[in-house]
Amino acid sequence: MNPRLVAVICLIALVMASFASLDLHWLAFFEPDALESMGRFIREFLKPDVKPTFLLKVLAASFETIAMSALSTLIAALLGLMIAFKASGVRPLLNVLRAVPELVWASLLLIAVGLGPFAGTLALALHTTGVLGRLYLEALENQNDGPAFALRAAGASSAQVFFFGRLPQALPQLVSYTVYRWENNIRAAAVLGVVGAGGLGQMLSFHLGLFQMDKAATVIAATLILVALVDSASDIIRRHLG
Amino acid sequence: MTTVHLGLQPVLRDPALRGRVLSASLFILAVWGMAHLTEFDLIGLIHAFSDPAPRAFILSFFPPAHSFEFLTLAVVETWRTIAIASCGMFIAGLVGVPIAILLTRVLSLSSIGRIDQGGSFVSTLLKRVLRSLMVFLRSVPELIWALLLVRVVGLGPTAGVLAIAITYSGMLGKVYAEIFESVDRAPVMSLLNQGASRLQAFAFGLLPQCSDELISYTVYRWECAVRSSVILGFVGAGGLGQQMDLSMKMFAGNEVCTLLLMFVLLVALADWTSKTLRRVWE
Repeated sequence: MNPRLVAVICLIALVMASFASLDLHWLAFFEPDALESMGRFIREFLKPDVKPTFLLKVLAASFETIAMSALSTLIAALLGLMIAFKASGVRPLLNVLRAVPELVWASLLLIAVGLGPFAGTLALALHTTGVLGRLYLEALENQNDGPAFALRAAGASSAQVFFFGRLPQALPQLVSYTVYRWENNIRAAAVLGVVGAGGLGQMLSFHLGLFQMDKAATVIAATLILVALVDSASDIIRRHLG
Repeated sequence: MTTVHLGLQPVLRDPALRGRVLSASLFILAVWGMAHLTEFDLIGLIHAFSDPAPRAFILSFFPPAHSFEFLTLAVVETWRTIAIASCGMFIAGLVGVPIAILLTRVLSLSSIGRIDQGGSFVSTLLKRVLRSLMVFLRSVPELIWALLLVRVVGLGPTAGVLAIAITYSGMLGKVYAEIFESVDRAPVMSLLNQGASRLQAFAFGLLPQCSDELISYTVYRWECAVRSSVILGFVGAGGLGQQMDLSMKMFAGNEVCTLLLMFVLLVALADWTSKTLRRVWE
């Protein structure tokens, strides 16, 4: 039988089984209650809170989000370098770090260090270490070994071989991986907060919890602006690098 | 000759010293500022892990929960996560394809014969509006959509399906349109010129050229949707994530451990499925 036909039938079966097994309440949208609350939501949403005092708070949360992402990327880059230098045996650990999403790390860490941006920063750092560690290892393994062998033969120590023979070759690639992950981390940091891990997300879930839609609208707008700014900034950085 | 050198002692200083010191201190200042903003506290972290409650939580991870009821629950929730992703993707495709057709310049009737100048004013305007709508739909993270939708339709998978449908219809609409633009225009143009309708030109001139790429990309996105539907559970949108959140709130480390293992298996399964399916179309 044609494999494509089989695959299409499987996909259709998957979608049908999915719709059949989920208790979806589409009608919940059209109940008078839901319609009314949606109308109120949208009306309040269209009047974002732009009082200076609140905008200042949003600005502070935005800086917190940026700081969370930058610091966690820095920590992950340093850990990744250390792993690439000495500890290539930790590959399975890297896979575990990478497989667990940031948000899951954050909610696990909240139990240990409590609510706030510290848990978010650690969560981002753990996940990013998994990603960057693997990318760094691969970049360093796939490069030309000539300079490293030459240094080794000339009696250089392993640290000297790493810093003068291996690292300089791979550096541009490592930097571009790191910038790319930082971009990812800002997006992640902006939403991590919904489980209570600081930044814009925490503010958003706080105000949504109190049904203060005007304030929530401002926070969402700030998130969108932040992400757009980061996108264009990393575009510019990448154009300069490459 | 020595006298000549007396006045010209070689200056042993690093010409770039000032720059180096400046950038290093700026860097340290920035890191210090960020550590302050994020309430970074390594000593607190060590203390936290010597506290009895978090330690007990971590120690309770092993052995993972393996009672028959809990394993059944975990499997059911895993299926719900897959189902949420699949329903969301299906709706996203239903929305994404028509939007992509509207956005595709080759299929625009008003631009017949002047494809390079773009279409009429109205169609250009419509396309711009649609395009910005797509950008908006996909730039709001799905978690935020889910958070909002949970307040409208209540806890459960409906919010999750809708959140995925909204975000991914923005993504699919954009990428489908790009795929449609990249095909050979000649068959479409000749169909349109002979009086075929837009839909006929699409179905017989355009779709056959790119259906493989379309399905392959959709399957890849489905894999991403499975990952994000786990995350959406954390704000109450059903599935594995919601169960994980519940178990964490009850400090049931053994349950969390089982669910994490299920999650890793699920991601591996989605990865394998998407790779296998895409190989069929490549």
